[in-house]
Amino acid sequence: MLELHNGSLHVEDITARWYNDIKAKNFGAFIPFIGIVRDEKGIDGLSFDIYEPILNSWFDSWQEKAKKEGAMLLMAHSKGDVKNHTSSYISAVVSPQRKVGLRLINDFVEDFKASAPIWKYDLIDGKRVYAKERSMPLNGAGLLAI
Amino acid sequence: MAKIEFLGPIGKPPVEVDIKNLDELKEIFSKDDDIKEWLKICAVAVNDTITKTLDMKINPNDKISLLPPVCGG
Repeated sequence: MLELHNGSLHVEDITARWYNDIKAKNFGAFIPFIGIVRDEKGIDGLSFDIYEPILNSWFDSWQEKAKKEGAMLLMAHSKGDVKNHTSSYISAVVSPQRKVGLRLINDFVEDFKASAPIWKYDLIDGKRVYAKERSMPLNGAGLLAI
Repeated sequence: MAKIEFLGPIGKPPVEVDIKNLDELKEIFSKDDDIKEWLKICAVAVNDTITKTLDMKINPNDKISLLPPVCGG
């Protein structure tokens, strides 16, 4: 399940809802990862643009991989502005066993960073500044380079 | 006409172009100084699937998206 929210994520509500949804489904492990915006380099927060059609297909392909291991992925991400010390990203794996779940959450978040079509901006003095240095070109980038 | 979308931080409104393949799009962009620097770092999707080949055939109603470097989370 993939959900997008405007602004900061309500972490307690989302994780409690996910836990209540899965607790009776006989998964042995629920492994959430919660990203929290740090106060650094004078930023007031972060802001995000998302291209949903490709995000959805990327997430669906991961859900298929997880399913083959008897696991399931959950993810929530913010759109727009997210202030410091609040959350913009939660992902979680529910799996029959701990080891499968820990491996999947690591691989999933790594590929999320490299492949999810989400653009990050620093919020500085009310302006959005593209976080170009922290961003990664997608696989296949430069196809139209001159 | 195929529609070109410039996603995320590129900040350019969509345009429509009459092209038969991505090679022709590359030729059109070679005259656009605003977009040249982005092309080195952008991936290209045709109808929401990222492509790695320039000779891909483009149909009149296709959507082509330019995707700059990403940083979710």
